[in-house]
Amino acid sequence: MAETFEMSGVSVNFGGLVALSDVSLSVAAGQVLGVIGPNGAGKTTLFNVACGFVRPDTGTLTWRGEELRKLRPHQLAGLGIARSLQELGLFDRMTVLDNVLVGADRHATTGFWPALLGLPRRAKDERALRDRAMAALEEFDIADVAARYPASLPYPVRKRVALARALVGEPDLLLLDEPASGLSSAEMAEIGELVRGLTDRMSVMLVEHHMDLVMSVCDDIVVLDFGKVIARGAPAEIQADPAVQAAYLGEDVVTGADSR
Amino acid sequence: MQQLLTTVLTGVTLGVVYAAFALALVLIWRATRIVNFAQAPMAMITTYIALVLIDAGYSYWLGFAAALLSGLVLGAVVERFVVRFVSGKSEINAVILTLGLFIVLHALAAIVFGSRYRSFPAPFGLRGFQIGDTTIALTGFGVFTVVAVAVVMVGLVLLFRGTDLGLRMRASAFNQEVSRLLGVKVGRMLTLGWALAALVGSLSGLLIAGGGLVHPSYMDGVVVYGFVAAVLGGLDSPVGAVVGGLLLGLSLSLVSGYVGSELVPLAALVILMAVLLLKPGGLFASVRERRV
Repeated sequence: MAETFEMSGVSVNFGGLVALSDVSLSVAAGQVLGVIGPNGAGKTTLFNVACGFVRPDTGTLTWRGEELRKLRPHQLAGLGIARSLQELGLFDRMTVLDNVLVGADRHATTGFWPALLGLPRRAKDERALRDRAMAALEEFDIADVAARYPASLPYPVRKRVALARALVGEPDLLLLDEPASGLSSAEMAEIGELVRGLTDRMSVMLVEHHMDLVMSVCDDIVVLDFGKVIARGAPAEIQADPAVQAAYLGEDVVTGADSR
Repeated sequence: MQQLLTTVLTGVTLGVVYAAFALALVLIWRATRIVNFAQAPMAMITTYIALVLIDAGYSYWLGFAAALLSGLVLGAVVERFVVRFVSGKSEINAVILTLGLFIVLHALAAIVFGSRYRSFPAPFGLRGFQIGDTTIALTGFGVFTVVAVAVVMVGLVLLFRGTDLGLRMRASAFNQEVSRLLGVKVGRMLTLGWALAALVGSLSGLLIAGGGLVHPSYMDGVVVYGFVAAVLGGLDSPVGAVVGGLLLGLSLSLVSGYVGSELVPLAALVILMAVLLLKPGGLFASVRERRV
């Protein structure tokens, strides 16, 4: 259970609005946990708590058996946690390779001051980072666009760049925010395969609207509605759960027809 | 022909100093969306530090190095211990803060260094080179000015384009939140960015002061020209700042040479208005690519 990520009793209020109320979940090593729920159910807030953007009012986060107190976003990479953003957040005026390099930086062995002073060891280090970034691009079949700028690339390719950037740091936990948004169903299937392929190296927690993807990829699913966990379990259990069907107001959870 | 050459040479020398100052503004604007109005008094303080050392009998170069170094430190201190406290709030807070700093540094300089005019030495000749029997408007110090600014700019390009540290600084400037997620220590990058900007600002202070007079507000005019140059280049683009600085230096020099030197400040404002009216994003803007 060393690589388990846990949230327990997490509550978040924005002013008087309850965004999350007593939410608990855990992601075991090599597991894919899906968080689903209707719009406004608190999925994004949950993610923001998990990566330190939002500090919960009550509740604790635990990673590898240690409580994360006062988690801040910049600590994530060092902790072996990566997060992809729904809006990708690529650096538009940096090449694809440079974008991925920023993510690889966790593996730099030289510190801030040697880097500033340009010491020789640093040069070697930078070559190693560059190789690592190129390898990540090759893994995602986007090595040919390494020198291009993200804005000039089609959306699915940009999505791959963002994923490569999140994965190049070799995290142990990957937080994926809507990995399938804006993709065709063929591309979505590819992403699904990709995510499944990650489980030998890391745990994944993903937020997603597309039932198809969630049902086929996740080991375990947590359903949120109005900030509360209304169901949890394996995909088959979730599909059969009447509370989930009610929350989705008749949306067809079973066959996976997606609303958007 | 003689006059045109004179005007162009003066313009280029002046232009590179504006370019340096504009670059200092742009470096901070890119990273933090703050126009650092305190840049001028910061450069003034560091120039005074150089002057104190030189007056105490040390060489010009020691004073020069000390000024650049203290610029680096002053920039880092201002970011870490002053500006940091208003980060995350409305950007106008930080701008007002730098205006306040402007006044405070002025007052401090007047108390510590006195407010009388003091002459600042130049390491190279201030007389134009002789070609045949004509004197051209290029001085030894002018050449030094151009070379010094060029060296600093090449250094910055190497840092930003060629090193991993520069990459992280650029990433932090583009998107702080994403950079944080990727493990970049954004705070440090901002401190370093301010330090570098203050160093470039200090350089422009030293170059303006060289062979001239120094007093607590001797840099204030440069703020206006540096700012116009930065806006001319689009505020967001280091290359734009440099080109803007050169363009402004040349235009103002032409105005001064052919129309009248009393019209120079007016001409700067006319250029500023023309740019804002015709191409509000500046000549090299990439506003479209960046959401503010």
